[in-house]
Amino acid sequence: MPALVKQTAFYALVAIIVLFSVFPFYYAIITSFKTGNSLFTISYLPTSFSLANYVSVIEAGSFTRNLLNSVIVSSLVVMLSLLIAITASFALARVRFRGRSLLLLTILSVSMFPQIAVLAGLFEVIRLLGLYNTLWGLIFSYTIFTLPFTVWVLTTFMRDLPVEIEEAAIVDGATPWVIITKVFLPLMWPAMVTTGLLAFIAAWNEFLFALTFTSSTETRTVPVIIALLTGNSAHEVPWGAIMAASVIVTVPLVVLVLIFQRKIISGLTAGGVKG
Amino acid sequence: MTTIRLKELRKSFGNFDVIKGVNLEINPCEFMVFVGPSGCGKSTLLRLISGLEDITSGTLSFDDKVVNSLTPSQRGIAMVFQSYALYPHMTVYDNMAFGLKLAKGGADEIRKRVNEAAEMLQITEYLDRLPKQLSGGQRQRVAIGRAIVRDPKVFLFDEPLSNLDAALRVATRLEIAKLHAKMHETTMIYVTHDQVEAMTLADRICVLRDGNVEQVGTPLELYEKPQSTFVAGFIGSPKMNFLTGKFAEAYKADTLGVRPEHLQIVEKAGRWQGKLLLSENLGSESYLYIDIGAQEPLVVRQDGTARHQPGEALHVSPINDNVHRFDKAGKPA
Ligand SMILES: Nc1ncnc2c1ncn2[C@@H]1O[C@H](COP(=O)(O)OP(=O)(O)OP(=O)(O)O)[C@@H](O)[C@H]1O
Ligand SMILES: [Mg+2]
Repeated sequence: MPALVKQTAFYALVAIIVLFSVFPFYYAIITSFKTGNSLFTISYLPTSFSLANYVSVIEAGSFTRNLLNSVIVSSLVVMLSLLIAITASFALARVRFRGRSLLLLTILSVSMFPQIAVLAGLFEVIRLLGLYNTLWGLIFSYTIFTLPFTVWVLTTFMRDLPVEIEEAAIVDGATPWVIITKVFLPLMWPAMVTTGLLAFIAAWNEFLFALTFTSSTETRTVPVIIALLTGNSAHEVPWGAIMAASVIVTVPLVVLVLIFQRKIISGLTAGGVKG
Repeated sequence: MTTIRLKELRKSFGNFDVIKGVNLEINPCEFMVFVGPSGCGKSTLLRLISGLEDITSGTLSFDDKVVNSLTPSQRGIAMVFQSYALYPHMTVYDNMAFGLKLAKGGADEIRKRVNEAAEMLQITEYLDRLPKQLSGGQRQRVAIGRAIVRDPKVFLFDEPLSNLDAALRVATRLEIAKLHAKMHETTMIYVTHDQVEAMTLADRICVLRDGNVEQVGTPLELYEKPQSTFVAGFIGSPKMNFLTGKFAEAYKADTLGVRPEHLQIVEKAGRWQGKLLLSENLGSESYLYIDIGAQEPLVVRQDGTARHQPGEALHVSPINDNVHRFDKAGKPA
């Protein structure tokens, strides 16, 4: 029964992949509900349920403030990069000009530099602009790092939109701005949602820039704060609090993906691009 | 009521000349059809007139006003595309109202005009639907409706029927003919390579060949007095028979053209004779392919079904000596 074998193997593989990707998060959740010494016993099933860790994280220090920072930074990065990317991709996909493909390649090559390579230079730029230790410094640097990918994806997507639709809009008297906002934007939701979501996740999880470009607790974002969480003494690692904080930080992402996954799929299956 | 004048109009893409100096005058309210083989530049010429493509050199004027550098909406044109090009995310109503909204028309005025156009095209019941919920023919009517509501001075069509099936094509063709009768203030230009569309719709036809105007005239002028073998072969279906060599010499020409419908089978002493190779029966008419020793079989059109069997020897004669004589250069001799 080769068909059955194939099917079993397939689902076994799926199970393994799911296990690998979900297990760390699952373990974080069950650990976050533990307290005291049970934190250090290994168990794969929930043993206790206590919200003490969550309460201590939220009450202690500036965690809510940092959460808000993360939300502000990530949202603004998404909005800013989508706004810039959609206008840039219109030019790159639809306006004929000299050196267009060279420009596109340059944009893509920017994303090849590892973060650490540009850290020092970017630090100087941010200090020069007076953005050091502000949220704007983070927004600025994240946007720079998200843009190449966003521009690239949106350009590819926009290229595939039928030229006739744009021409019909031109005949109807639409300016480029109207074409972008009223005609292309509604057709580009799937691409916008996908790239926006990825930009959000990248900004939400970013650590190195956040650590380097901010110095005071009030301007920190969540990933840095979690890493810098300390227990009562120097030798105590507050695992429970760290896990609780991690869960709090991950939940918004999961929710976002679940919300927009619907949109992505509906956008793709609508297939309404062809007249 | 717009006269369109093209003077030495040229268009090149890089080094590649597509339109090579076209001079043409299109009269007010005329239905002008551009025909020609694929790649001869029909669409390009239409797009130059629409303003979607930049003019390389020459002047284009609407009513003596040079419009070379005006945008399509400033020129007051509307265009129907081969692929419909409806906005997929907008309802039929919004598709039709889009241009008017951009032009800042009043809400009542917009509703009135969209409803009028929808009624005219019988798409009122689809106004709330999205384009993807419509059939091809309905979509094309919406596209026509979108163009109508803008009340254009010049109405442009680029092969609007070629994505439709045969029956629908005929129906929509009649729609367009009616439209032309109703919009008697509008100049229309229509691109096609279907010559039935060209013959039935056009006030005048402009035959294009390789970026040049080959001949302009009414459908009958082109049919009866083609100014070149190219036009002669292009207009009419089935194609005109061309005979050379001794067949043409008998008529003191280099090329002799005879339309299939101007040939008849005679009992004896026909102008030419040969064996019937095959016959195509369409019911109402039939085409006989006769080998008379020329390069290609002679096509003869007959009313009704063919009464002859393949292999039969037949005599053929032009009716009333209705033939076209051409010289070496392919011009009328
Ligand atoms: N944007 C462009 N860049 C380069 N060449 C082009 C462009 N648009 C058209 N051409 C060329 O110009 C010539 C005329 O094209 P056009 O589309 O006007 O032909 P057409 O007569 O409409 O043909 P068809 O009946 O197949 O639609 C073709 O050889 C085509 O390859
Ligand atoms: Mg064409």
